[in-house]
Amino acid sequence: MATITIVAKHATRRSRLMKQNLKRLGVASLTVALLALFLSPFLQMLYTALSTTEKMTTLGAPSWPAEPATFVYQGQELEVYRVPTEDGLRNLAIVKKGRRESTFVDPANPQAGEFKWQGSWRALDRPWSFSPTWSNFSDVWEKIRFPRLFFNTLAIALLGMIGTLISCTLVAYGFSRFRIPGKDLLFTILISTIFLPTAVTIVPTYTFFTKIGWVGTWLPLIVPHYFANAYNVFLLRQYFMTIPREMDEAAMLDGAGPFHILLRIILPQALPVIVAVALFHLVFAWNDFFDPLIYLSTRPDLQPIAVALSSFNGIYSRRPPLIQAASLMTLIVPVILFFLAQRVFMQGVVVTGVEK
Amino acid sequence: MNMLTELSRPRKSSLFTKLSPLARREARWGLLFLSPWIIGFLAFTLIPVLASLGLTFTNYTLTQSEPVRFVGLANYRTLMSDSQVWKSLLVTIRFGLIALPVGMILPLALALLMNNEYLVAKSLFRTLFYFPFIIPFVAAVFIWQAMINPEFGWINYWLRGLGVQNPPRWINDPNWVYPGYVIMGLWGIGNAMVINLAALQGVPTELYDSAKIDGAGRWSRLIYITLPMISPVLFYLLILNVVGLFQYFLVPLVVNSGTGEPAGATLFYNLVLYKTFFTYQNMAYGSTMAWLLFVIILLVTLVLFRTANRWVYYAGETR
Repeated sequence: MATITIVAKHATRRSRLMKQNLKRLGVASLTVALLALFLSPFLQMLYTALSTTEKMTTLGAPSWPAEPATFVYQGQELEVYRVPTEDGLRNLAIVKKGRRESTFVDPANPQAGEFKWQGSWRALDRPWSFSPTWSNFSDVWEKIRFPRLFFNTLAIALLGMIGTLISCTLVAYGFSRFRIPGKDLLFTILISTIFLPTAVTIVPTYTFFTKIGWVGTWLPLIVPHYFANAYNVFLLRQYFMTIPREMDEAAMLDGAGPFHILLRIILPQALPVIVAVALFHLVFAWNDFFDPLIYLSTRPDLQPIAVALSSFNGIYSRRPPLIQAASLMTLIVPVILFFLAQRVFMQGVVVTGVEK
Repeated sequence: MNMLTELSRPRKSSLFTKLSPLARREARWGLLFLSPWIIGFLAFTLIPVLASLGLTFTNYTLTQSEPVRFVGLANYRTLMSDSQVWKSLLVTIRFGLIALPVGMILPLALALLMNNEYLVAKSLFRTLFYFPFIIPFVAAVFIWQAMINPEFGWINYWLRGLGVQNPPRWINDPNWVYPGYVIMGLWGIGNAMVINLAALQGVPTELYDSAKIDGAGRWSRLIYITLPMISPVLFYLLILNVVGLFQYFLVPLVVNSGTGEPAGATLFYNLVLYKTFFTYQNMAYGSTMAWLLFVIILLVTLVLFRTANRWVYYAGETR
């Protein structure tokens, strides 16, 4: 009896383990399938960026980078067709085209020589062979002055990033460490600005920047970041509040002033969140479209990459490979930045949504 | 606790109490640190908001020759009878009614999947689902535009493979353009997913354990435990979504330079508004439209806040 129960117990444990593994497999397959679907546009982008425009507009062409197959025979590049023969469909290179009858050679066996085939070659399909068109990238590079655009985007992003880091750190420090009358009200106002539609401020702001001669320069895209913003202040404040006050107080007793405490005690401990804010700003600046569009519409030489990509699409919308190649070149920097520091990045996202 | 709960937190009013010299010193330092934001708020928010309100009572345009003068409520009267404005508001609402459920449910569903006890390599999947969110907006629009292209796009290719005879022409068809735009915005769900997921992970497991003992199934646990427990986060995302959707216009601006194609179906309110500013340069009328939008958004969010105490559950708070 005893042995039977033990065996039965083993069996149930085994079957429970099996069941769990099956569930794991099921959930994992579902997730992978969804992820593949979700990320599949990247593959189409890559395929299109490596294709020719002719292929994109040919009916029945494969989506992977392909060109109609050819075969070099006696120094000449010949088109290959799918020819129905007694041995089924064969890929043959056409030597001489005729209305009723054409001359072919077999690329697999050119020694066998040329032979004639009865029928119209126009009715035949052409097989496709894998052939990436790398030149799309160099085309784009030359057509939209990529180095210049990279420089513009990076310069605007870095100059704004410095402003955001300095101003948001100061403001978050003020909100997290000082007793100020009306502080709660001020903080409420700060958070409310997130929900303010930009349309109600844009005209006076635009008019103001026009009056002081800043339209057509980078200044409207950079200077406002030196005055803090709700998201980053919130993010930094939440983090600063988790840093114990004992160290501030100890430093204060040693006679350290508020700036000294910020620089020597708070900032060294807040490094992850500082990095997160810096990254958020870089990604934001790479992404920013409308502000640079309205402030730099007359100065294409100063525009960042997003605006240039949009006008590039206006010119080359009939050439999808160029658009996709340009899109790929636009997204490469933020993607690299993200994967270099994804841990810090994701933590920052979590804090603004759900304070832990 | 998130940014929104900050707004509804009870506050001590200490504004007018007398401060000791030491406290005054501390307050002065604090204000010094806040000053970048206070100056910025005045210069780039408060003064512009008031100025744009003032503009709504004038005839200010960039193209006019006549002097700027006070016109009373003339802009508001024009607005009331401007059929294009109301039509565009309807476009925005119609799109929002499709986009909002997707924008709320999809990230939550994905977060539930990411939080599934049987899922392996959770953080890897979370990162990969999040990452398209950081793709520059314009590039993402072009990538998805290719994806839903009626001729060579993969989505229609798959639909044909599944036996759909005439797959939709998406953004070229007034009846399919809104679902098309929703698809083009799919890469934006990563952010909401991560926020949802963090909220899910914050739900105490004891609650699930005791519910299991009481015999609650998967669905009832979701509806009676999970959703109420993460409702503050859902509320935050709802407000963000609504505010964002009322201002939706960048995709049609990039896709067909704001022409409203196909057949005017993409003349969103904010698009008409920005065209009034930057194409027709009618600053006064544009500001009036902006204020109407502002008031609508304010009203809708107020209504949502009012309903919040019925369905948003703040743990550990007595209300």
